[in-house]
Amino acid sequence: MPSTQPVTVNLGPQHPSTHGVFRMRVTFDGEEIVDVEPVFGYLHRGSEKLAEERTYTQVLTLTDRMDYVSSMLNNQSYILAVEKLANVEPSPRGVWLRMIASELQRIASHLVATGFLIQDLGALGTPLIYSMRQREYILDLFEMLCGARITNSYLRPGGVYMDAPEEFWPALDKVLLDVPHAFDELEELLSANEIIKSRTIGVSILSPESMVNASITGPMLRAGGVDWDLRHRNPYDFYDQINFHRPLHNSSDNFARFWVRIQEARESVKIIRQCIDKIEPGPVRPSFDEVPRLLRPPPGDVYSAIEGSKGELGFYLVSDGGIAPYRCHVRASSLINLTLLREMLIGELFNDLFVSFGSIDLNMGEVDR
Amino acid sequence: MIGPGLLRGLKITLINFFRFPATIQYPNRRVWLPELSRYNSLTPLKLFLETPKSAILSLFGMAEIPMKIPQSPRFRGNEFAWFEDRCTGCASCAKYCPLGIIEIVTSPGSTDIQEGENYSIDVFDIDIGRCMFCGLCVEACPYDALHMGTSFERSTTVRNKLVINKDNLNNSDKKPSSWYRPQFEEREFNPFDSEIEDHYEAGRHEKPEKRTMKDRWVDRNN
Repeated sequence: MPSTQPVTVNLGPQHPSTHGVFRMRVTFDGEEIVDVEPVFGYLHRGSEKLAEERTYTQVLTLTDRMDYVSSMLNNQSYILAVEKLANVEPSPRGVWLRMIASELQRIASHLVATGFLIQDLGALGTPLIYSMRQREYILDLFEMLCGARITNSYLRPGGVYMDAPEEFWPALDKVLLDVPHAFDELEELLSANEIIKSRTIGVSILSPESMVNASITGPMLRAGGVDWDLRHRNPYDFYDQINFHRPLHNSSDNFARFWVRIQEARESVKIIRQCIDKIEPGPVRPSFDEVPRLLRPPPGDVYSAIEGSKGELGFYLVSDGGIAPYRCHVRASSLINLTLLREMLIGELFNDLFVSFGSIDLNMGEVDR
Repeated sequence: MIGPGLLRGLKITLINFFRFPATIQYPNRRVWLPELSRYNSLTPLKLFLETPKSAILSLFGMAEIPMKIPQSPRFRGNEFAWFEDRCTGCASCAKYCPLGIIEIVTSPGSTDIQEGENYSIDVFDIDIGRCMFCGLCVEACPYDALHMGTSFERSTTVRNKLVINKDNLNNSDKKPSSWYRPQFEEREFNPFDSEIEDHYEAGRHEKPEKRTMKDRWVDRNN
């Protein structure tokens, strides 16, 4: 029996599979992972510091660029924090519109996550392009709403900046009809294929207790069977008027994480349909007399969190009564979901490294901010 | 490892193989002869006489015509439409810009007999190279003078050319996007077909008739 010697390999930061610029120092013993040391900060842009010298509306453009595959949800989280800080009463139509927009963004984000799982497993291109194609139709809807596809500064304190155009509603119906078919296809590719099953089921299992201790949230936690969804537990906007089901899985492996994401996107379609039923005509934001362009919230601090596509996404804002936040801190779900990376990977094989890493569905723009 | 699930996956790829492609050919797309003659508005015979090379290529579906990408009227392109006659030089856009890339220099300029004194705008520079096209400047403009443009093909090889100054803004196409301009949507203005000629049309209000303007300024005392 030949003896093996541990080898330390540097992965990244410029590596195509690290979903951005992420570096890992991995020690292998043969094919088995012995130790992982994550190194990040290569995409640090100082968004939190930059927010201190921008007015409350201008900070919105920074939040677009934090998690750039779900910028609408970042906008929503930030705007909710500002509304809580400045005691702004939002307009109902604006709230329904931003709920529709953020659920669309959740579908788009889960499409990206699922597509890249199959890409990480080695199915180069084809399944990823199926999901990206479907995401493109959602981005077309965002272009109709706010003129940008990814960095969409759509929301404003008190609602959204402008009402949806007329051609948006038929296009939205068309997308809502298409999305379940796209997820049927992805699920057929993902959950029927024996190779994908054998490579994801039972890999990188995390116990629910350790995940709760590490304050992991989002689809990753629900894949471990913990029923924790802020839309249900701590309803913001009008989620208390919406009925939706929270998909749970018990095995907490790589397969469960992606199964939960697919089912969650199907629930988002149902949420959007309920929003369309309940939306009523009216103003989409309060007038500039009530909510001026230059907000001056009273001194104080506030923390407000939403259920983002990757977990609990919260903004902590401190106001000193001026036009800019005194301090802005982001509870980035991607960063906190990374905390158990070492526990996930130790004992697994080299092949599963990037699959497990991708199953966190992290975004380096949000990790480093 | 190998089972019926592989075949079910292959069935999906087979179905997608026969789907209509979702991609868009850019910047040119390849067309056949009928579409080429329709594009050039020439009969096929004339096409062969005037441009024989592309006409022969079109017999094999290889002739190229420019592709127009479908865009939403609210699309925020990387240019601006600016109406100097509407701009008062108040610099609201410069104050509202998160990056501070708009530079405005005004001086007490001409005196309009009807409107009184007004500022002349000496410098109106927008550094497109640092702009992130968030559109907040357009939202801040109280006189509807600055609009987002809809074109996006502005690449240059020199960094200095990315700063668009007053002359560039005046000479550029006035095809504003309807981002934060609900009056364009109410009027169903399509920036991809038409252009705004008169600065009065860009505003939120109706263009006053000449008679009412005369009432306002000349016959006021009568």
